[in-house]
Amino acid sequence: MYKILKKKTLAENIIMFEVKAPMVAKSAKPGQFVIVRIDEKGERVPLTICDFDKQLGTVTIVFQVVGASTIKMSKLNEGEFLLDFAGPLGNPSEFVNLNNEELRQKRFLFVAGGVGTAPVYPQVKYLREKGIDCDVVIGARNKELVILKDEIEKLGCRVYICTDDGSLGFKGRVTDFMKKLFDESNRYDDVVAIGPMIMMKFVCLLTKEYSIKTTVSLNSIMVDGTGMCGACRVTVGGQTKFTCTDGPEFDGHLVDFDEAINRQNMFKDEEVRRLHHSRECSCF
Amino acid sequence: MQRVPVRELNAMERIKNFDEVCLGYSVEEAIKEASRCLNCKNANCVKRCPVGIDIPKFIDNIKKGEFKEAADVIFRYNNLPAICGRVCPQEIQCEGGCVLKNKGQAVAIGKLERFIGDYVLENNLDVVERRPTNGKKVAVVGSGPAGLSCASTLANLGYQVTVFEALHEAGGVLVYGIPEFRLPKDKIVKREIENLIKLGVQIKTNVIVGRTVTINQLMDEMGYDAIFIGTGAGLPKFMGIKGENANGVFSANEFLTRVNLMRAFIDEYDTPLKIGKKVAVVGGGNVAMDAARTAVRLGAEVHIIYRRTEEEMPARLEEVHHAKEEGIIFDVLTNPVEILKDDKGWVKGMVLRKMELRDAVETGRRTPVEIEGSDYIEEFDTVIMAIGTVPNPIITYTTSEIKINNRKCIIVEEETGKTTMEGVYAGGDAVTGAATVILAMEAGKKAAYAIDKYCHIGER
Ligand SMILES: Cc1cc2nc3c(=O)[nH]c(=O)nc-3n(C[C@H](O)[C@H](O)[C@H](O)COP(=O)(O)OP(=O)(O)OC[C@H]3O[C@@H](n4cnc5c(N)ncnc54)[C@H](O)[C@@H]3O)c2cc1C
Ligand SMILES: Cc1cc2nc3c(=O)[nH]c(=O)nc-3n(C[C@H](O)[C@H](O)[C@H](O)COP(=O)(O)OP(=O)(O)OC[C@H]3O[C@@H](n4cnc5c(N)ncnc54)[C@H](O)[C@@H]3O)c2cc1C
Ligand code: SF4
Ligand code: FES
Repeated sequence: MYKILKKKTLAENIIMFEVKAPMVAKSAKPGQFVIVRIDEKGERVPLTICDFDKQLGTVTIVFQVVGASTIKMSKLNEGEFLLDFAGPLGNPSEFVNLNNEELRQKRFLFVAGGVGTAPVYPQVKYLREKGIDCDVVIGARNKELVILKDEIEKLGCRVYICTDDGSLGFKGRVTDFMKKLFDESNRYDDVVAIGPMIMMKFVCLLTKEYSIKTTVSLNSIMVDGTGMCGACRVTVGGQTKFTCTDGPEFDGHLVDFDEAINRQNMFKDEEVRRLHHSRECSCF
Repeated sequence: MQRVPVRELNAMERIKNFDEVCLGYSVEEAIKEASRCLNCKNANCVKRCPVGIDIPKFIDNIKKGEFKEAADVIFRYNNLPAICGRVCPQEIQCEGGCVLKNKGQAVAIGKLERFIGDYVLENNLDVVERRPTNGKKVAVVGSGPAGLSCASTLANLGYQVTVFEALHEAGGVLVYGIPEFRLPKDKIVKREIENLIKLGVQIKTNVIVGRTVTINQLMDEMGYDAIFIGTGAGLPKFMGIKGENANGVFSANEFLTRVNLMRAFIDEYDTPLKIGKKVAVVGGGNVAMDAARTAVRLGAEVHIIYRRTEEEMPARLEEVHHAKEEGIIFDVLTNPVEILKDDKGWVKGMVLRKMELRDAVETGRRTPVEIEGSDYIEEFDTVIMAIGTVPNPIITYTTSEIKINNRKCIIVEEETGKTTMEGVYAGGDAVTGAATVILAMEAGKKAAYAIDKYCHIGER
């Protein structure tokens, strides 16, 4: 059992938990994820590690309430427990393997979409702690849905906001803004894009035009997260890869996004059916 | 005298539920079946048993109604008789060697072993002798049959054992792979694991060794004197044909895990599953039979697609019989060449090709060869791939001292299970590739004795 030490609502339907999980905290690196199970009947839900404190033995997760499991999870309070919390899973971000010298020669642009801002945070934090420059573009539907802006700014990097309705920052999509950045002769060696599949797809189409290496973090459907089932398979460079053990980060220019988007919707009808079922059950 | 038939659930009834199909022998039936044994000198059954159980001896005990004594005999060789009695491929092992095989039917050695295994569990018998604790700590990685048997042997030898398991439940393939109707979880697997806990073994779930902690950390920081790796061969293979990543194509592991471990077939559980009306299962082993029989229970019409003939199927004979009784259609000498998708990316069918068997000079096994121009299309809603698995690379990927061969299997010294890293032993599917429960169990036990020796070097 893993205790929820802190709960905070970051935006409508976006919730942060700080969870006591010392073994996970001790080994966590940016880019990795955990698998959470709420109770005996729960599914195994993959969530990115958004922050960790090795001393306190805590791991922070941020999740968007989208379906049965995340609804259930949103109802848990501080002091309550998650039944299972396994991790860290997946490979750390590639740049974790670079030394400071190599890192200093690179300029990173992070592109975060919606709740994808949460997984960007530990990566930016890691780089900023080593004094590496990074710029961050955060995209959201509107001002209310922008999360972790202050936290990321506090790390000392340039943060650009894009909203669909223009309620904060640039009005338009992140790709429109990126194009502007690139055309204004900003040089980037590495783009890291994390957000909805569709956003990552369009970011990659753009950066390909500009020949900028782009890393994406895929949120495929998973079961075990340890390489045992193949639910998370994606086609990368014409080869089948498992997101959980080969990823979750991949070279975005090689990912077959259309297939990935299709696979992500595999259980949509079924999820909706079960959601109704669970709602019915909880309202008598 | 004819073999005493074992009672089974009626096929048309049992496909509506997940209850265990084979009901096992009663006391009277077991004694009657045991009395068929000729108590051969130099018995062939023993030679064909991978762990060399003294079969005539324990059967003789059953004959006399000495069930505790029968258990003492079996446990000298096998820690998990209730499980092995249910899942060993007896027809190619012990029963395949029985002299009565030719005259009629072999003694039902497997069913008798199961009888004793269940007797021990039901009566909570303490069969094994225990040595006093010796203060030494061993970590066991993975809780499948290899890990469980290593842990129990070590605990009985006086070690303080911790089992680390990546998933949220212990048991390995016994819980996520082999279905309830063949190996009941609460009645058998959980009981075996509870017995382990009673021996003082600690089980820590949600620990992915190589990620949560490394082998080196277990040794250097957490003070384990030795480590056993029994991480299995869980990584599913795919055929590499066109359309394989379509929605509705699952590995057997994914399908079985959703049903067995995550209970997706019950609405109250959150894990989703969608299977459709017509299901193809590709493969001919135990895994394929389990997937097919599970799909039947979820209400589908199920086809087994296998490129050789029924004779070559590696599945246990009993499972093939059961599958047929349950109405599963066998499309043999048939191989998928492409999976067809609809415009939403879902499976809608397969292009299948007929095969024929030709004698292969080199291997001796008849090999399937494609018949040109025999392609045909058949519609399916779901395709389940059960064409094999390879060892999971997480540990070896993060521990360079542990060497693997070109089949991704951990390299060990045959007799001891000693790996290329000091103090680290391995066994089961992680070493052999996908094999059997009994071999995994034996490997775990052998390694436990080797670890015992290793931990006492210089002391005796
Ligand atoms: C490696 C990884 C890291 C992730 N990190 C985070 C994170 O940090 N924060 C976060 O909020 N979510 C994250 N996700 C996604 C998260 O796992 C899903 O949102 C969650 O499983 C949904 O469960 P549910 O039962 O609430 O919704 P469901 O009922 O399962 O789904 C509701 C809707 O969401 C869609 N959906 C299902 N799974 C996903 C998915 N994996 N990604 C996107 N949409 C999906 C469904 O198609 C459906 O329309 C991550 C996924 C992966 C694989
Ligand atoms: C569907 C199916 C049906 C089968 N039917 C039969 C049968 O009828 N008869 C028969 O004899 N055999 C059968 N087998 C084969 C048999 O189950 C295996 O040979 C046996 O389980 C291997 O045991 P093991 O202990 O080596 O590995 P497993 O049972 O695979 O257990 C390995 C365990 O290690 C865990 N693990 C993996 N990596 C890590 C890590 N890094 N850290 C922590 N834990 C980890 C896994 O989660 C798993 O729980 C079947 C297999 C399947 C899949
Ligand atoms: S070979 Fe058959 S008859 Fe002979 S001892 Fe073994 S089980 Fe009994
Ligand atoms: S989630 Fe099962 S293999 Fe990746």
